[in-house]
Amino acid sequence: MPQWGMTVDLDRCTGCEACVVACHAENNLPIVGPDQAAMGRTHQWIRVERYWEGEFPNIKAKFMPVMCQQCDAAPCEPVCPVNATYHTPDGLNAQVYNRCVGTRFCANNCPYTVRFFTWFTPSWPSPLNEQLNPDVSLRTSGIMEKCTFCVQRIRRAEDTAKDEKRAVKDGEIKTACQQACPADAIVFGDLNDPGSRVVQLKAEERNYSLLGELNTRPRTTYLAAVRNVNPELGE
Amino acid sequence: MDNPLQPREEPRAAVTGGGTPPVIAPGHTLGTVTDKISSIVLTRRTPLWWYAGFSIVLMLSGLLLVSLTYLVFKGIGIWGNNVPVGWAFDITNFVWWIGIGHAGTLISAILLLLKQTWRTSINRFAEAMTLFAVASAGIFPLFHTGRPWLAYWLVPYPSTMSIWPQFRSPLVWDVFAVSTYATVSLLFWYVGLIPDLATLRDRAKRKFFQILYGMGALGWRGSAAHWHRYEVAYLLLAGLATPLVVSVHTVVSFDFTIGIIPGWHATIFPPYFVAGAIFDGFAMVLTLAIPLRAVYGLEGFITLRHLQNMAKIMLATGLIVAYGYMIEAFMGWYSGNVFEKYTVWNRITGPYRHYYWALIACNILTPQLL
Repeated sequence: MPQWGMTVDLDRCTGCEACVVACHAENNLPIVGPDQAAMGRTHQWIRVERYWEGEFPNIKAKFMPVMCQQCDAAPCEPVCPVNATYHTPDGLNAQVYNRCVGTRFCANNCPYTVRFFTWFTPSWPSPLNEQLNPDVSLRTSGIMEKCTFCVQRIRRAEDTAKDEKRAVKDGEIKTACQQACPADAIVFGDLNDPGSRVVQLKAEERNYSLLGELNTRPRTTYLAAVRNVNPELGE
Repeated sequence: MDNPLQPREEPRAAVTGGGTPPVIAPGHTLGTVTDKISSIVLTRRTPLWWYAGFSIVLMLSGLLLVSLTYLVFKGIGIWGNNVPVGWAFDITNFVWWIGIGHAGTLISAILLLLKQTWRTSINRFAEAMTLFAVASAGIFPLFHTGRPWLAYWLVPYPSTMSIWPQFRSPLVWDVFAVSTYATVSLLFWYVGLIPDLATLRDRAKRKFFQILYGMGALGWRGSAAHWHRYEVAYLLLAGLATPLVVSVHTVVSFDFTIGIIPGWHATIFPPYFVAGAIFDGFAMVLTLAIPLRAVYGLEGFITLRHLQNMAKIMLATGLIVAYGYMIEAFMGWYSGNVFEKYTVWNRITGPYRHYYWALIACNILTPQLL
């Protein structure tokens, strides 16, 4: 059985947020409107965090796309009272919308704050309703949602591979954020396949887990940005 | 009142009490106590202001129903909660109300087992307070869910979905803890009430009330066998209720300590929560007792001795709570964890600093200085 995983290369990320837009389009994320957005209730299954380094004018921006880390020891799972969030055999941290009663304990306990609660019944003002993805269910109000690793794409590729009596090939499944990334910073693949790109990238020295000290064992890991500035050039 | 052995001892205690004020005012016997209490219910005319107050409270309850209906139809976004603080208004209220109930149980159960006779004047309405507090507390975990109509999924029952609740979740423990607590509190209150309902049945003048109290009294005749079983049942219930005083709020505190979030992940929480519960519960008993004894002329029964004892408990638990606040801040620093440190520092100096210092002033400084 494949075990899905991801790497995000921070050396390549330019912070363009194409991944955020792609995720919105792919996963039918609710549009909350300006008032709710001002309250910080936007749904962004993937967000680009921005960090400033230094003081103006010698200032540098660092970017870090953060989505559900698909932890192997996910803090969100044991606290759900109704088993609405659980671990699939292929290692996805799945959210069962129909089972969710909306206690929000999972979001409280997520150190990455990548779980999003639907506070009101979502609506898509025209023409946005025309672009909803038929492969992804729409969610009602009062439930929790989050990055699924584009599970609809995984399942479709698996079905196709099964019909053709073969295994899923490395690179056959691309998540929406990966597909949209112009710098190819996001790589998705099977951790059980030693030849996959994601396994090779995770073997790099730059590979690390976000908040790894919490021992959540994330499936998504980051490749650290390396700055090799020539001192003779100055800042 | 409910326990025939204790009032007999109380006037004696009043005489031998030395410096402390008496449990009940001198001159009262079992008979006068019964006369006085039952007259409040049976003969005293309900004054006009009672109806006025009752209608105001009724309107507020109506407002509650309107608000809850709006909440269910609109979605809980109307509360202004946000991720990652998904609980705010709702679970804070839940914890507060559950805490209030603890004083009632403490008075009923632990003080009974410890043979603290002064409890008998205040236990009944403290127990009633517990029941109402638990009922109020029950509203919040139910309606804090995004889809309250499905909240029964937290209860283990053989369902066609063939799926159980997730027993590792503290919210499921909460369901057990709070429902046990509500059941035991109700039984305790009601068992204690049976002989008194029988007294009221015997003294009621109108047929309707005789039947009403008669049904409530469950055929109580006051025979020695009745009293014997009553004593045994009451003692057993006290035994059952005693661990609940500690366990319920401990379980409630697990809702937070199980989390790995800075500011939540602390071992001080269970004792700190229990002490806080008893602290705010006794504060509520005093808030109710002081006007009640004035309005119904019960100064003879709820004497300064009761108020003094309750104030002492508040001082002690208030100090434990102060210790909890202190340890929280200390551990934030001592952990060496930047996130823990930031959480504490932000609480003390951040946008909510006014509330934090108001809390310190109200919960520690005021009661300890008074």
